[in-house]
Amino acid sequence: MSGRARTRVSEADLRRLRWRCRRGMLENDLVLERFLDRHAATLDAEGLALLNALLELGDNELWDVLSGRRECADARLGPMVRMLREA
Amino acid sequence: MALPIRTFDAVVVGAGGAGLRAALQLAEAGLRVAVLSKVFPTRSHTVAAQGGIGAALGNMGEDSWLWHMYDTVKGSDWLGDQDAIEYVCREAPRVVIELEHFGMPFDRNDDGTVYQRPFGGHMQNMGAGPAVQRSCCAADRTGHALLHTLYQRNVRANTQFFVEWMALDLVRDASGQVLGVTALEMETGEVYVLHARATLFATGGAGRIFASTTNAFINTGDGLGMAARAGIPLEDMEFWQFHPTGVAGAGVLITEGVRGEGGMLLNSTGERFMERYAPNAKDLASRDVVSRAMATEIKEGRGCGPNRDYVLLKLDHLGPEVIEKRLPGIREIAKKFANVDPVRDPIPVVPTVHYMMGGIPTNYRGEVVAPRGGDPNAVVPGFYAAGECGCASVHGANRLGTNSLTDLVVIGKAAGDSVIRFLAENPGRKDLPADAAEPTLARLARLDGQKNGESVHAVAEELRRTMQAHCGVFRFPDLLAEGVRRVRELVQRVARTEVKDKSRVFNTARVEALELDNLIEVARATMVSAEARKESRGAHDRADCHDRPGFPNGRDDANWLKHTLWYHDGDRLDYKPVNLKPLTAESIAPKARTY
Ligand SMILES: Cc1cc2nc3c(=O)[nH]c(=O)nc-3n(C[C@H](O)[C@H](O)[C@H](O)COP(=O)(O)OP(=O)(O)OC[C@H]3O[C@@H](n4cnc5c(N)ncnc54)[C@H](O)[C@@H]3O)c2cc1C
Repeated sequence: MSGRARTRVSEADLRRLRWRCRRGMLENDLVLERFLDRHAATLDAEGLALLNALLELGDNELWDVLSGRRECADARLGPMVRMLREA
Repeated sequence: MALPIRTFDAVVVGAGGAGLRAALQLAEAGLRVAVLSKVFPTRSHTVAAQGGIGAALGNMGEDSWLWHMYDTVKGSDWLGDQDAIEYVCREAPRVVIELEHFGMPFDRNDDGTVYQRPFGGHMQNMGAGPAVQRSCCAADRTGHALLHTLYQRNVRANTQFFVEWMALDLVRDASGQVLGVTALEMETGEVYVLHARATLFATGGAGRIFASTTNAFINTGDGLGMAARAGIPLEDMEFWQFHPTGVAGAGVLITEGVRGEGGMLLNSTGERFMERYAPNAKDLASRDVVSRAMATEIKEGRGCGPNRDYVLLKLDHLGPEVIEKRLPGIREIAKKFANVDPVRDPIPVVPTVHYMMGGIPTNYRGEVVAPRGGDPNAVVPGFYAAGECGCASVHGANRLGTNSLTDLVVIGKAAGDSVIRFLAENPGRKDLPADAAEPTLARLARLDGQKNGESVHAVAEELRRTMQAHCGVFRFPDLLAEGVRRVRELVQRVARTEVKDKSRVFNTARVEALELDNLIEVARATMVSAEARKESRGAHDRADCHDRPGFPNGRDDANWLKHTLWYHDGDRLDYKPVNLKPLTAESIAPKARTY
């Protein structure tokens, strides 16, 4: 995601991520599914870490952020939030 | 092949509101409890509940559990069991106050009492009105607050959580007693037998059998599938609550406020068709009238899009200011999930499934019951169910808003108490039958060995389309009959699915294949039960059973005031009486359900 050399994501991490994109709210499921369809293949370690951090949010907060109603408190997550919003 | 075995006093499958409330009761009694969940507990679907939890606290004005009971019986279109309804409404204030003491952050009045908001169908004076404020909420995050409060309490009580574990099958012995479940640990792909003296299901809803639903992806009715395969009937599966406007193809809810602000529904000819169905109220007619009109337009070929399977919700005439100011969030939802900007283009919408009234039959103590030896409600020893997967039956043919959360907590707690009693009375541990894991191993061997099978995704999509088209919000006899035929064909296709990815660790594709085994049971039960019930009642609305003298809204009490029981084997149907006798209150006799 940055100019630095990209670190590949392990197959196991990607698999875990795919399941963890199952959420309690349909809106989040749909956005995350679309994101994975588009970007899972090219996700690097940094991207994975950011996404995992975002997934720590509760479902309501996550949807507020994904729908653009609220900005994420943690500015580091900004680039990932943008990618998810565009997915 | 033998599977590793782990032993517990009780296994709870599901960590939503119902599972967590039940588990808390067990853990606080000092029992060894395992709680399984496909996802982290606070990501259970309960988190989506916003409206609140109903209880006649009377904090905003006079209220009584009897009035709540009346509203629930009427809402259920008299299919609810009045003993269970009395129990839930009478216990509701107690469990809500208990939640408050657990630290649940309810909204409050100036005097410090829990604030309560109004909600459709909740009235004073045995339905006479006026409306009563009965819904206790925590901002618009009631479900979230409930889950977090109960999860924290469970952690304190040393409940043992098995997160990202999926229960696969129920273990029963030759006598019919339930002795636990088999379960898949997703992290490793290992399958275990969890040997328990009591097993409690709280696996939530199954909206994913429909193409359009507000339910999250995990709501695949696993508890119902497991119970059905083990020979337990499913009760009243024809009753599903729909919301008229979900985004076509996505299911996400568009609030009724959109029509309230002047949004209108159009068919493929651009006609504002509600003018024909409800000349006065038009697009503001009640939910069932609007849903029925939409379904009729689609059935008669006036739907929009390549498959003519949705109608359009137009709001551009409201202007961007009204849309932004009065309907916050709608523009984002339309853009994200329908790919249209409602400021310019109409939103494709269809009726969307919200809640499953039917489920695993239980009594109000959360004990699973099934017909045996002439008793329609014989207890299945060692087996309990609570929450949306259970059918006590509190909601009958139609659930009142805010009554699901009440049900989760009241029946969840009661089921926990029933387990405690059962374990005290039956101190020993029965041995597992030698073939305990057989059904699971056979299912996995079939799936892992399948060659030239069909994709899980394709079969699941076909299943959802079939349910939506043939067993939707407004039901036509010809479509239902054809639907039964198609679902039976799908049973064959589900048995031949193939997963290319054979790896063990977090294999989501494999999990989806196992979920499909549950979806098909729920779908069959729904279609077969709906085809057979030749009346309209609550959410089961048939085009050939309409309002006429002696049949209010198409309801036929002489022949159909009874619960459906569907069995997996041979799609057999049985029926049992509705309990019209409350525990202490006077019976509420059936009458026309009008609001
Ligand atoms: C958008 C929306 C809003 C709603 N708002 C309200 C409201 O305001 N008031 C109200 O009363 N009702 C409301 N409802 C209904 C209510 O939220 C649900 O009926 C209720 O939350 C269901 O709770 P539950 O505990 O039965 O199941 P869930 O919360 O769905 O939990 C099911 C649990 O079972 C687990 N599970 C499932 N299968 C397996 C398996 N095979 N192995 C292991 N674990 C498994 C899941 O991981 C999860 O932990 C709403 C519903 C929706 C969709």
